[in-house]
Amino acid sequence: MPMIRRTLLAVGLALCLTLPNALSSRAETPPDMLVMAKSISDLITLDPAEVFELTGGEVIANIYDRVMMFEAEDLTTLVGGVVENYEVSGDGKTITFEVRPGQSFHSGNPVTAEDVEFSLRRVMYLNKTPAFILTQFGWNKDNVDQFIKATGPMTVTVENNSDFSAGLLLNALSAGVGSVVDKKTVMSHAKDGDFGYEWLKNHSAGSGPFSLKTWKANELVSLEANENHRHGKPAMRRVLLRHVPEPAAQRLLVEKGDADMARNLTPDQIKGLKGAPGVVVDVAAKAESVYFATNNSHPVLSDPKVRMALRYAVDYDGMANSFLSGQYKVHQSFWPSGLWASLEKNPFSYDLGKAKALLAEAGQGGGFKITIDTLTTPPFPEIAQSLQQSLSKIGIESEIILAEGKTLWPKYRARKHELIVARWSPDYVDPHSNADAFAHNPDNRLEAKLTGKPAWRTAWDDKEITALTEAAAKELDLVKRKAMYLDLQAKFQQRAPFNMMFQSAEQVARRDNVSGFVNGANFDLVFYRLVTKQ
Amino acid sequence: MAEMSPQETATPSRARAWLLSSAPQSVMQARCQRLYLSARAFSHNPIAMAGLLIILTLLFVAALAPLITSGDGTSQVLRDRLLPPGAAHWFGTDQLGRDIFDRIIWGSRITLYIVTLVAVIVVPVGLLIGTVAGYLGGWVDAILMRITDIFLAFPRLILALAFVSALGPGLENAVLAIALTTWSPFARIARAETLTIRNAEHIFAARSQGASTARILLHHVTPLCLSSVIVRLTLDMAGIILTAAGLGFLGLGAQPPLPEWGAMISDGRQYLLDQWWVPTVPGVAILIVSMGFNLLGDGLRDVLDPRSGVG
Amino acid sequence: MADRQSEETGGAASRPFPPAIFTKIFRPVFTVVLTFRGLTAITFIIGRVMPADPVLAIVGDRASRDVYEATYIQLGLDKPLLEQYRIYLTNVLSGEFGKSIMTTRDVLDDLIRFFPATLELATVATLAGIFIGVPMGVLAAVNQGRWIDHLVRVIGLFGYSVPIFWLGMVTLLIFYGWLGWLPGPGRLDVFYDGIVEPDTGIILLDAAMQGEWEIFRNALHHLVMPASILATFALAYIARMTRSFMLDQLNQEYVLTARVKGLSPLAVIWRHAFRNVLVQLITIIGLTYASLLEGSVLTETIFAWPGIGQYITTSLFNADMNAVIGGTVVVGICFVGINLISDGLYRLADPRAR
Repeated sequence: MPMIRRTLLAVGLALCLTLPNALSSRAETPPDMLVMAKSISDLITLDPAEVFELTGGEVIANIYDRVMMFEAEDLTTLVGGVVENYEVSGDGKTITFEVRPGQSFHSGNPVTAEDVEFSLRRVMYLNKTPAFILTQFGWNKDNVDQFIKATGPMTVTVENNSDFSAGLLLNALSAGVGSVVDKKTVMSHAKDGDFGYEWLKNHSAGSGPFSLKTWKANELVSLEANENHRHGKPAMRRVLLRHVPEPAAQRLLVEKGDADMARNLTPDQIKGLKGAPGVVVDVAAKAESVYFATNNSHPVLSDPKVRMALRYAVDYDGMANSFLSGQYKVHQSFWPSGLWASLEKNPFSYDLGKAKALLAEAGQGGGFKITIDTLTTPPFPEIAQSLQQSLSKIGIESEIILAEGKTLWPKYRARKHELIVARWSPDYVDPHSNADAFAHNPDNRLEAKLTGKPAWRTAWDDKEITALTEAAAKELDLVKRKAMYLDLQAKFQQRAPFNMMFQSAEQVARRDNVSGFVNGANFDLVFYRLVTKQ
Repeated sequence: MAEMSPQETATPSRARAWLLSSAPQSVMQARCQRLYLSARAFSHNPIAMAGLLIILTLLFVAALAPLITSGDGTSQVLRDRLLPPGAAHWFGTDQLGRDIFDRIIWGSRITLYIVTLVAVIVVPVGLLIGTVAGYLGGWVDAILMRITDIFLAFPRLILALAFVSALGPGLENAVLAIALTTWSPFARIARAETLTIRNAEHIFAARSQGASTARILLHHVTPLCLSSVIVRLTLDMAGIILTAAGLGFLGLGAQPPLPEWGAMISDGRQYLLDQWWVPTVPGVAILIVSMGFNLLGDGLRDVLDPRSGVG
Repeated sequence: MADRQSEETGGAASRPFPPAIFTKIFRPVFTVVLTFRGLTAITFIIGRVMPADPVLAIVGDRASRDVYEATYIQLGLDKPLLEQYRIYLTNVLSGEFGKSIMTTRDVLDDLIRFFPATLELATVATLAGIFIGVPMGVLAAVNQGRWIDHLVRVIGLFGYSVPIFWLGMVTLLIFYGWLGWLPGPGRLDVFYDGIVEPDTGIILLDAAMQGEWEIFRNALHHLVMPASILATFALAYIARMTRSFMLDQLNQEYVLTARVKGLSPLAVIWRHAFRNVLVQLITIIGLTYASLLEGSVLTETIFAWPGIGQYITTSLFNADMNAVIGGTVVVGICFVGINLISDGLYRLADPRAR
């Protein structure tokens, strides 16, 4: 019977081919290669003038050196990156940068003042999302040429066209938009006056410790060591970020040694990893806040008493000690704990009696109905459900709607939400980054469309708070400036339509032969160049 | 197939004799006879009976949910989270300390709600399009069948996904989306059946008596399509449950805290390694229930469709 | 497939013209064109009424008003809907599927990259389904009513009833997590990535052609689990259908005659009955293959398999409509194509269907 014979043969052959070999699957990554399991679905561009998402921010931090930087060796001190030193003029308006000599781009081209000038101007010309970090200094694509100039082969002068302080400007230049790109290489790929935008989205032209080898969307990012980096060649010849969306799969990969690190494990999985041989868990405090925002154009939620009641109807500790444990701690001000000028005071606790009393005072003792919008990824559905349960105990009935960011944000930006549970990471390490977003709403009209600012999105029209934010940004005296931010955060806690709940910490599971992974507070303070393997 | 053994008719009651008479006196009697014989054949089919038993249990459990459970399956006790199955919680607790047994029981209502609603939408739509196309023929047929083909060619889950993302997630929208992807085979079946009976004598007779097209379709064509449609529906039930679970898994079905089984698997999947019961119990529930519908459908087909299952 | 058969005969009879030859040649073309039109139109409309905002997918949630508006106009969203659809169709007809937001590359390039992954998976799964399902079905039919028949039936129903994504998770846990027999998610161990040139995009073929046998083996290992999961469904369907086709044949008179004549049962089963079933089986296998090619979104998600299903789904969540329409059209055309081919084979092989 030819058919049966052929079938048996094929099945037998398949079994022979797979089984014996499969039984001996190897489990170690090469010694000069760092393999990280991470969800990279947020990565949609690697052009430093456009990057604003978390994974992209991390990747470009390792490809590009920036004008100003926090170096991997010391994340607390702002120093010159591409520039060797800088000088602030007496009136604080002009900063003169001296480019560090002897640096070269991945292409081999030397790093010059012209590249710095081009990189900063390019951010303005392209005017992509993160451009707002620089536009606040009074620059735009038409006037930037007169404010940012290469005045010598290695000298760049930057003129501040706003009242904001020079310190803030220096901090802003340490953001992704401060990345220095290789002008010659980028411009050789320019098309239709796009300043190389289409090309740089998925290529690299920097002077940082790594260069981009490949990026396959939702598959992997592969980086290659830059042998000529100013700090010397990194120990890892290759760094791979492999897209593994399932946290459970990430955990298996790191447990088996198929990955050196798992970056998106949930607290419960970290707990399960305890005692796994060869795996160590590191904790790094992060500047990401989890908060909920109510809408001030909502008839009931706009009542300050109702908002105050909501603050007491959150089981902060219950959540932080159960499904959030280890990865989120309670922190109720908008500037993350551990950073300069953060208010370390958590005035609100889970107190249903107080919440009920406040609702009754507001004339809402009978309860009402709202919707809770949030993201689909953990821990947001869990937080929303916990909130839903505690709200139901004070008579507020709620319906949860889960959505991906691309569906959720349009609603928030159009002021169509009622209560939204969301997260926020600062764009650069200065309290103004968050204050500008949460506590600054210069024009509350619907037509104003300040859609980038949560303060506008919640229709929060508080002139005093807005004025305080502006004043703090202009203050030159650091001691005074800090006091102003503390005051601002305290007022914010009492009045804002935002209830800051948690601050995150990243728990990274790594193989114990890997060390030197630098995981700073902000998403773009993650560095691979000190990683070594034994 | 039902094998009539002579012994079974040895002690005939009058009703039985009436039901088994070889010369039925009326249409009514003939119909009752057919039903009786089918039911008997059905009850001798162990597979079908197993399916029926599962479905009946599901209905029973869903109906008695308030009596069987201790809450509505949504109340959280954070300090009792992720408890293993035991005396206090038969199926353990989930990541928010909710009793999984309670959630499964209440979830059965959601499953029934979904399949019922989909069936209620899909069968009339499929029958209408199929019988109209088959009966009228010509351009009407061509147009309706091309539309059906387009829906058949569409990747099913992707169409459902796209539809739900357009309407927004939620149970009702998931039902609509599933219906949208499920109706086309029913139209095909109804059309095929209609084609085979379109020129039958009794329809010809009705037409010559001046019956309207609508009347003929409703009274003469549709009833004859029903048995194959019902078989197909029962077999599709499992598919509907699985699609609904798939949508739930992707976060587009029932929204929390509703205990939809697919969503429960999705929420619980990160606990598979250490707390296996969290995603496993709803998985098994889906498996059992869709298995039940499949067994039932398989048995029904044996009984109702003498060609036994081609198509 | 009873409906398919009667559709062919009934359809031809109901239309007095055009002549038969004309219909035979042009109907497939007509079907493909129509399906294509329908698919693009539906996906396009869905894309435009979706609450997910393609502009925000590009500019992110913190974009200021002017950044947002510039991109809005750049995407052509300010034009009327019909105009947008017309522009899109014109572009597609000249081979331009547009750019994907998510991958920043041409959708066509993406499809060339993602589709082979699905093709590889679906092909292996279908083959497994055939090689196991067909013998199972025959065995069941020959032993109708005996325990082996019931066993096959229950296995078949199991394959129909199990939530694939759940089964995938559980097998991943057992065979990778606990036993360590099979590799984890992905198409290759990550350090093998990029060694083989993607000539066809099907790693097994590429590796074999370039003589990279270690990579071939690795890719094969990675395929085993997801392919088996998908094969459960294929196998269930194929075994079930084989059984009922075979039963039909075994009850026919010629089989009885052949038996009476003294032919060995095996010869009767394989040389006569099975040969006649083959034609119907082709249709069934075609259908199975097509439905697996649709991309099993969920299996691909669980196994981090960069296939077309995952591509379309992620694009959908990111409001990346160029990618969604492109992917859907490719899958739809494949579906129609496979159906046409199996229809053709059917007619060739079975004189009654001509």
